[in-house]
Amino acid sequence: MNELATELTRRYGARDWRDQRKDLSSVVVDALRIRDVLAWLKDSGGYRHLSFASAVDNIERNAFTLVYTLRNHDLGHSLMVHCDIDRSNPTVDSIHLLWGQAWTYQREMKEWFGIDFPGSPRVDEEFVLEGWQGPPMMRRDFDSRKYSDETYAERPGRVTSDPATHMKSKMYPEAVP
Amino acid sequence: MEPSLLARIGYAFLSLFVITNYGLLLIGSMARISAKVQGRVGQPVYQPYLDIIKSSAKRNSIGHGVMFYLGPVFRLAGGVGTYMFIPAVFGSVMFRNFSDSGDLLLVMYFIFFGQLGMALGAGEGGHPYSALGVSRGLAQMTAFEVPFALSIIAVVIQYKTLDITAIVAAQQGGFLNWTVATNPLAVVAALIAFLGMSMHNPFSVVIAPQEIPIGPPTEYQSNLLGMLQTNRAIFNGAKLVLYMNLFFGGATNIVVMVIKTFLIYFINVFVGQAFPRLRTDQSIRFFLGVPTLIGIASVIIAAI
Amino acid sequence: MFVKKVKPAPLANEGLIPQERDLFCDAAPQEYAPANKVVEDFWNWARAQSLWILGFGTGCGAIELRPLMTSRFDMYRYGIQPRPTPRQSSVFVIGGYASVKTLKRIVRSYEQMMGPKFVVALGSCTINGGMYWDSYNTIKRIDQYIPVDVYIAGCMPRPEALLAGFQELKKIIRAGRAEGQNVYAKNFEWYKENQKKVIKDWNMPDYNW
Repeated sequence: MNELATELTRRYGARDWRDQRKDLSSVVVDALRIRDVLAWLKDSGGYRHLSFASAVDNIERNAFTLVYTLRNHDLGHSLMVHCDIDRSNPTVDSIHLLWGQAWTYQREMKEWFGIDFPGSPRVDEEFVLEGWQGPPMMRRDFDSRKYSDETYAERPGRVTSDPATHMKSKMYPEAVP
Repeated sequence: MEPSLLARIGYAFLSLFVITNYGLLLIGSMARISAKVQGRVGQPVYQPYLDIIKSSAKRNSIGHGVMFYLGPVFRLAGGVGTYMFIPAVFGSVMFRNFSDSGDLLLVMYFIFFGQLGMALGAGEGGHPYSALGVSRGLAQMTAFEVPFALSIIAVVIQYKTLDITAIVAAQQGGFLNWTVATNPLAVVAALIAFLGMSMHNPFSVVIAPQEIPIGPPTEYQSNLLGMLQTNRAIFNGAKLVLYMNLFFGGATNIVVMVIKTFLIYFINVFVGQAFPRLRTDQSIRFFLGVPTLIGIASVIIAAI
Repeated sequence: MFVKKVKPAPLANEGLIPQERDLFCDAAPQEYAPANKVVEDFWNWARAQSLWILGFGTGCGAIELRPLMTSRFDMYRYGIQPRPTPRQSSVFVIGGYASVKTLKRIVRSYEQMMGPKFVVALGSCTINGGMYWDSYNTIKRIDQYIPVDVYIAGCMPRPEALLAGFQELKKIIRAGRAEGQNVYAKNFEWYKENQKKVIKDWNMPDYNW
């Protein structure tokens, strides 16, 4: 795998190659080169299969990290390609021309994170939810519980039997608010 | 002594009542037998009655126009009409129905008539699956009519009459006089057509509940569904009695009729439990293949 | 049928385009008074003996309905049969959580059912949100949107619990207390308001008869 790491660094400036398991590694590239990297890995690197494409909300450094998991079936090795994009203006090149299934993942990311993939087929249509008018719901600043309390009527009288809460209220009654 | 017209109408109602109850109990007991075969308790034998009472007890129903209401009416008319011109019990005054007013061709017409009326009504319902079920049903019906008609022609040629009572009379006097012994090819072709008629597996694609929701009766509810359920019992009973009369020697009393029709229905159930479902084009190709050849062979043999 | 003489108010049918407005029902549902005591007892007995459930598995509870059809638990001996279309079924089994997307279809199917119709709600998600209580997409009380006759608690309730629930439903029907259709018609505005608050893209008639 070291040859692959050096080749990626030489061609596309990839960095931070990490071997998580014998059959799983990860590498970081710039978002601007992502289409070239994936195309090269697909055509010449042997990583013909796009297993998964998703995003991670790294709100602390104000970025979305896109993860593309590629699989090399000849070697039995998976490679995760990470790239960071700006969280306030999330747009990235679409890879729907490389793999047929990519448009589904991209549509999902558009609905759930708000990441735009210009040119991807049907990326603006709603995917899993219907009539959703709130913010993209997988962002970490979206409070699901607050939204649920506001929108959906609750049946009164809900009690919790959580042991930690119960023991805390028994042993330190004055500390419970 | 020939009873008066009023008495005959009364006897016809009685006979219709008997066949309705018999048909409902037949459906119920067949369901229970299938359940026992599958190792479970199954619904009670009188469950079809409860279903019909419940369907009539619905408080509202939806209509889609006049033809929608007329669909089940036509179907019920087809069922009753089929039964009215078949003698249920040979030699009995009570269960003779009106078999001297109509012959075999009229009965065959009524069998087809019910399905056509249902097709018009179901199409009016506006549900796409109804139309799909209707097209499948009519296509399959056209296919199985071929071996059925051929075997009827063979039987008619053999007995030289279209009158069902005369056909039954010619079969009296022992097992060897039955059509199944004297013209077995016609019976084979007709029994294969019977599988198509009763829409059991392998020809149940018309009312396939897993594919299209129930097919033609998709949009029917409440009272109309009760009518369709009643008709199912009458129509089943009528077809069984027809087959018994044409091919298995008729019946000289009610007990023999019940036993013979029950056993004929068993053929359906046996084949139905053992086979999966055929697609419409496969079943059409099947019916126009071997059963038609058997039918043609039976006609040729009867004509020689 | 026994129809009350009051003519209900016409519907807005807001979600439809103008060309489609007159294709759909323009009157709200009406209440149907039950018949006199003896006849209604007989009808209720027949309704309790022949429960046809709608074959629409709305959530995880549907997985508990399938063992009921097999030989071990055998719901057929109780007169329960699955039917594929809402027109012919009388019991709607809400199997567990209801997301907003499913709720739209639940409402539509429920309104298309005929006659005295009964709703059996399985699982704790229908009671108070269950394990999806803080989700942005599932509702927490199904009886805000359609009337419910029997709740069966559990996550998921086992088939034996379902059969016990159906026995309870039969008792309720026999006692004449299962009037969900009339409850829905009487509080139609309240139910519709709750539904429209949650289902944001309302593109169907106000009452799907």
